[in-house]
Amino acid sequence: MSISTIEARADAMPDQPQTDPRILRERKERRLRIVMPITAILLALGLWEFLVWYNEVPHYLIPAPSLIAKTLVEDWASLMQSAAFTVKLTLMSLALAIVGGVALGMLFALSRPLEMSLFPFAVIMQVTPVIAIAPLILIYVSNTFVALLICAWIVAFFPILSNTAIGLRSADHNLRDLFRLYQATPWQRLRYLLIPSALPYFMAALKIAGGLALIGAVVAEFVAGTAGQNTGLASRILESSFRNEIPRMFAALFLVSLLGVVIFLITSWLSRAVLGHWHESEIKREG
Amino acid sequence: MLDRPEASNLIEMRDVGKRFANGTVAIRDMSLTIRDGEFVSFLGPSGCGKSTALKMISGLLSVSGGQLAVNGHPPGQGRDNADIGFVFQDATLMPWATVFDNVYLPLKLSGRSRAEARSRVEEALAMVGLANFAKAYPRELSGGMKMRVSIARAMVTRPKLLLMDEPFAALDEMTRAKLNDEVLSLWRSHGLTVIFVTHSVFESVYLSSRVVVMAARPGRVVHDIPLPGGYPRDASYRMTPEYTESCRMVSNALEGTMDHVDLNH
Repeated sequence: MSISTIEARADAMPDQPQTDPRILRERKERRLRIVMPITAILLALGLWEFLVWYNEVPHYLIPAPSLIAKTLVEDWASLMQSAAFTVKLTLMSLALAIVGGVALGMLFALSRPLEMSLFPFAVIMQVTPVIAIAPLILIYVSNTFVALLICAWIVAFFPILSNTAIGLRSADHNLRDLFRLYQATPWQRLRYLLIPSALPYFMAALKIAGGLALIGAVVAEFVAGTAGQNTGLASRILESSFRNEIPRMFAALFLVSLLGVVIFLITSWLSRAVLGHWHESEIKREG
Repeated sequence: MLDRPEASNLIEMRDVGKRFANGTVAIRDMSLTIRDGEFVSFLGPSGCGKSTALKMISGLLSVSGGQLAVNGHPPGQGRDNADIGFVFQDATLMPWATVFDNVYLPLKLSGRSRAEARSRVEEALAMVGLANFAKAYPRELSGGMKMRVSIARAMVTRPKLLLMDEPFAALDEMTRAKLNDEVLSLWRSHGLTVIFVTHSVFESVYLSSRVVVMAARPGRVVHDIPLPGGYPRDASYRMTPEYTESCRMVSNALEGTMDHVDLNH
């Protein structure tokens, strides 16, 4: 898709030499965009390390980054097992939120009465803090994993539902008229008009829901505590705090953050890949 | 019901009315006959129902009174919508689709494959001078080019009737003049019938063989003015006494419709 855009641009504009100052400036900026954050993070870690060493802060209060790294390596196998559990929980709840949110969003877009009667339930589910419902769900659902899944799903589901419903209604009214004029079937209207119009809304929701699914998973794990054999990263944080193993707490915390960052990067990349060639939100401005 | 009109009458409106659900009367008792091959402008102040009339002819809006027949059929019934091309005030392109796919849309909706439609789409793009822009996206085009894509899309089904709803209102004067000439040449070379909605006296006089002047509250036809000027027309037509005289005549007719318009609001 992006290739065709470039070709069209090449048609419209004369060839620009590679030494164009604008291109050089752009390259330099791209390099800076990677170098600057990494440098900043390394500096912050160095400062942390130095302050802990200089003030002789005991490791059970604030461990030095080097100790956290060491713990990460030493506990690698067990931490990875927990990380895999949290990843599975997060991704499954996100997938179910997408399926449920899109399906219900489509029904809402098709039928106003249905939306009016069901929307309050969705809102109630959204505004009630999951941490307050989680204990109930853990009581009613005997399988812990399923209970955790439901908790994370509740959190991630709403933005997808609401944005899908809004997005499907957001198609330009003149384009709707055009489709009517050419006697488009309902399927054609959905496929060629409503879904593309809804995509930017859906992508925005996906970015939010990805983060929310992780938060939901972590919160639910906290409520569930360390029960059960399979436990995720949040349970490891809880467990380490009981045992006063602060470095391992930090190590697990680091993995949770890392997971959040990875989810964010993937959803952002996906959004750019899907919308980059046409939607204002993802188009890079020139000049 | 309406008798089948003579072959030369493409559109017949008899006492056509349009009342919206909220009670607003958009059009009252509009009677009009448009013959095959005419270039007719609907001219009037905003709120005079000119766009409403156009949408009723296209079948996008229902008629709430009187009879309307396009090619002998009530709109939306017993006819192929491919016979009608519609150009909106905005270019109304799908931003996610290339120029090619935008123009291909009407053929795609009628079930034609890309391969089958390719030559038709390329022909339509060549018609508006955008043959090299098939792969571009709408956001890469200027306002005038977007409008050309919109015209190519309307022409791709090879319609008999082209309905244009203030298509160039948002464009600058020079682009508008150029597109006016292009529409005129399309009309002549393809044997089209064009109904052109505008609020510009000069545009309506330059283009049309006949100007229908409408008034507001309620929307109705107040004058139906055949224009003397022949075709082909180009920029030099604007210098002729015929053009000046037509502009004066149409302006006066339009001013008559504004008498009871409250200018204070």
